[in-house]
Amino acid sequence: MIQATSQVPLIEVRNLSRAFGSRRHRIWAVDDVSFRVPHGDILCLVGESGCGKTTTGKLVAGLLRPTSGEMLFEGRNIWEMERSEFKRYRTAVQLIHQDPYASLNPMHTIYDIITAPLFRHNLVSSRAHAWERCVELFNIVGLTPPEDLLRKHPHELSGGQRQRVSVARALTVNPSFIVADEAVSMVDVSIRVSLLTMLGRLRKEFDVTFLFITHDLALAKYFAWDGRIAVMYVGSVIELADTPRLINDPLHPYTQALLSAVPEADPELTRSKQRIPLRSQDIPSLLNLPTGCRFHPRCPQFIEGLCDVQRPALVDTGDGRQVACHLVARERGMIK
Amino acid sequence: MSGTMSSNDVIRSTAIYQRTTKDILLGILKGIGEFFRLMARNRTGFIGFIIVVLYFVVSFLGPYVIPVDKETKVTRIFEKPSWQHPLGMDHEGRDTFSQVVNGGRDILTTALLTALISTAIGVTLGALSAVLGGGIDTLLSAFADIFMSIPQFPLQVVLAGFIQVKSMLILSLILAILSWPGLYRAVRAQVLSLRERDYVEAAILLDLGTWHIVFKEILPNMMSYIAISFAFSMTGAIYAQTGLVLLGLVPFSSHNWGVMISIAWTRGAIFYRDSAAYILAPVFTIALFQLAMVWMTRSLEEVFNPRLRGRA
Amino acid sequence: METTPTRQLPWSKGQARYALISVRDMHIEYWAERGQVKAVRGVDFDIFPGESLSLIGESGSGKTTLGLGLIRLLVKTADITRGQVIYRRNGVEQDVLKLDPDGLRHFRWQECAMVFQAAQSAFNPVLRIRDQMYETVKAHRPATRAEVNALASELLERVQLEPSRVLRAYPHELSGGMRQRVLIAMALLLNPPLIILDEPTTALDILTQRTIIDLLRALQNDLNFAMMFISHDLSLAAELANHVATMYAGRIVEYGTVNQIFYEPRHPYTLGLIRAVPTVTGGFEDLSSIAGTPPDLIDLPPGCKFHLRCPFATRRCQQEEPDLIHIGPEHAAACFYWQEVERQADRPWEEIKAPSEGDV
Repeated sequence: MIQATSQVPLIEVRNLSRAFGSRRHRIWAVDDVSFRVPHGDILCLVGESGCGKTTTGKLVAGLLRPTSGEMLFEGRNIWEMERSEFKRYRTAVQLIHQDPYASLNPMHTIYDIITAPLFRHNLVSSRAHAWERCVELFNIVGLTPPEDLLRKHPHELSGGQRQRVSVARALTVNPSFIVADEAVSMVDVSIRVSLLTMLGRLRKEFDVTFLFITHDLALAKYFAWDGRIAVMYVGSVIELADTPRLINDPLHPYTQALLSAVPEADPELTRSKQRIPLRSQDIPSLLNLPTGCRFHPRCPQFIEGLCDVQRPALVDTGDGRQVACHLVARERGMIK
Repeated sequence: MSGTMSSNDVIRSTAIYQRTTKDILLGILKGIGEFFRLMARNRTGFIGFIIVVLYFVVSFLGPYVIPVDKETKVTRIFEKPSWQHPLGMDHEGRDTFSQVVNGGRDILTTALLTALISTAIGVTLGALSAVLGGGIDTLLSAFADIFMSIPQFPLQVVLAGFIQVKSMLILSLILAILSWPGLYRAVRAQVLSLRERDYVEAAILLDLGTWHIVFKEILPNMMSYIAISFAFSMTGAIYAQTGLVLLGLVPFSSHNWGVMISIAWTRGAIFYRDSAAYILAPVFTIALFQLAMVWMTRSLEEVFNPRLRGRA
Repeated sequence: METTPTRQLPWSKGQARYALISVRDMHIEYWAERGQVKAVRGVDFDIFPGESLSLIGESGSGKTTLGLGLIRLLVKTADITRGQVIYRRNGVEQDVLKLDPDGLRHFRWQECAMVFQAAQSAFNPVLRIRDQMYETVKAHRPATRAEVNALASELLERVQLEPSRVLRAYPHELSGGMRQRVLIAMALLLNPPLIILDEPTTALDILTQRTIIDLLRALQNDLNFAMMFISHDLSLAAELANHVATMYAGRIVEYGTVNQIFYEPRHPYTLGLIRAVPTVTGGFEDLSSIAGTPPDLIDLPPGCKFHLRCPFATRRCQQEEPDLIHIGPEHAAACFYWQEVERQADRPWEEIKAPSEGDV
């Protein structure tokens, strides 16, 4: 799947940061985040609420401007592009929203919703062509029967159907990159897998690269089994590795805590799991961040004098993984 | 479930969207029928709607059927209502009923014009303000604030006295100039909030353009509010007009309901019991119209909100 | 107090007269513009003292309506058309659905408390926590502020919150996880033997979920109350439940111990559900979805309500709706072909073959 290393990654973020609020009360929702997503890959962003994963998604989709750092599409900084280049980027990167009840305009019919971009960008030559294209897209996303659904308004469709419409709409402009922001979180459990399978097919058949944002580790593991996971905490990436290794051998204490804490849908597995106790229950306040490593007040492996003083940088472990932890760096004698 | 379509499906589906002239006409008729059906969903609203329609029909077509009685009949001044003259006679012995029938056209036309102008200004400026933001927003908001803090009617009086009100258009403009700020603020607030919706974000991502976003994504979601504002704009214009006419600031007006009230008052119709019809008729006519408009707005909500229509 | 004894459910773990609460033949409908929504269509179960029952279902299953119906907190457009909710304590039996307003008030909170989702709307936004606690207790028995504050402090400590900080806070000043813990503490104020929890961990972060789950487990151990929790989250059931009932289209389609439900599902819907949910640390799994959507509760199809989505469905399923069949100790499934489900349990969903009419 991964192309030759000389290939420019499709999406790259470098030292990306985004702040909100006034000068006196600044919240760094995204704080110095860097990663690459090569063509055809899947990168999952996981983390708890407030970790900055949604903001990162919006930065990648160009819906927000970074306060500092760069967001690169095919090697070019999108905020330094010329208008025509930016237009190309705009349609190449799409985002699927979380809430199926808010992502479709309630006043429009499904036909209006899907054909708006088709007509706007002259992707179809006539109404006949538009209709055909709708049917094609519906087949790709698994919506039937087309004639019936195209006349309806969003409120007449189920949550799962609406998400599929969202995906079909995104596909009208032939994107090469899709940010899925908790795209299946608000859909019934029994339907999630089929939505994820559909998205997986997009990757294989239409060469779409994914940034999959979720708070659900199990979904991340399932969807990105042959991809990578980046774990975020309070605005920064603290660990990045390919999925099987991250799940089976987590290095960062926060990742370890998450994996041990997550309740599993398997009684024997979940009741026999070793839980890692944390030093504190308090969730860090974004207005009053802990000094040094943001996780240190809760970290069971906290080293006084180090972790509360200096922020660990995200470094390569040498085998394709990255971790931001002093302890791990020490143990592995890692150099930047 | 199936991956491909049979040739029959292709033919059937392509046939559905194709429209001949006959289809278009049928479509329009269906649309009108649908509109009526939606208005009928709310009983009060429907009654209001029918009354409003009747008012327009009577005011614009009535004059051809019942021409104004211009004949002065000195012997029949302030005559009581009778079968032949259901609303009695005025101060010159002319039939009141025919005056009522003929008196609506100017008032309603002005009201419509005023509502149109002020809604157009309020919505356009409000949407622009919200979407463009920055200096324009600050400027327009300040402008609107100034207008809103001045009492409307006195200012209308001053303007009407200052400017020569020579035509309905000028009158409408005067009334509209002073009533757009309210709608402007409301539209601006709504657009600001609607701008954050996910489907608007999706439209941005799909590069659908500012025009599309404002007029196809955002404004349709405000239609019921705009329609209701339009209705109240009309009622406000009617009151304002009537007030200006009463103060004699509208020199060109022919016989309309406002003039009738003014004359009835100055010619003493209020002092006689028999002539009560002459003063009450225009008052009641105006009041009933206002009431019908208010009732009608209840149905407008149904029309403009697909979620309320035949829920799935 | 009763003339007719409560009907025994063969799969219940004990005799009905020892159960804390017995629900029989519960039917709830409510009015919608298009017609009557049959949200709950005949539900029976027992909950014994000190144990946990998890009610699993997705949207449209009727689980939340059922939960609210038990303590008669439904909206005015809803109607409990049939059924009994027999509550037993200290040798006295009462049908909750027949209680007068005073009896109902006593039942609610002193016998059975409800913990809603931790959304802000579960609290009165203009009252401080200590005031809400006080109001709650006072509504049921005379109490002084000092008394309530002492009790509240003790309970807040049990749920690992700082009383000094939380008591004087307003709901919006607390995080979602903290609010959920406050709700649990409030539920325990009058020491009820039964607590109903509605989606207690949904919308909470993983670490916070862990805290709440461990908390509930510990509290149940110490105070020995019975719990019924309503959720779509299978992992919650896996953590805390003794028994699990899966609901679909207004009925319980399978009831069993937690191990039976997860490892020996006998209803196709349960099987499909288990198969659709991934674990995190359990290695890579092949998951499958259940095709189709839940039925329209206003216009229900004939026969088994799951048949349109079921790979085991036959013509019989289109015509007859199965009741719960007792299939093992403490295990029941509402499916004619539960033995087929057992036989083909390991086959991938797409490869499951419906039995021919002859086999049953």
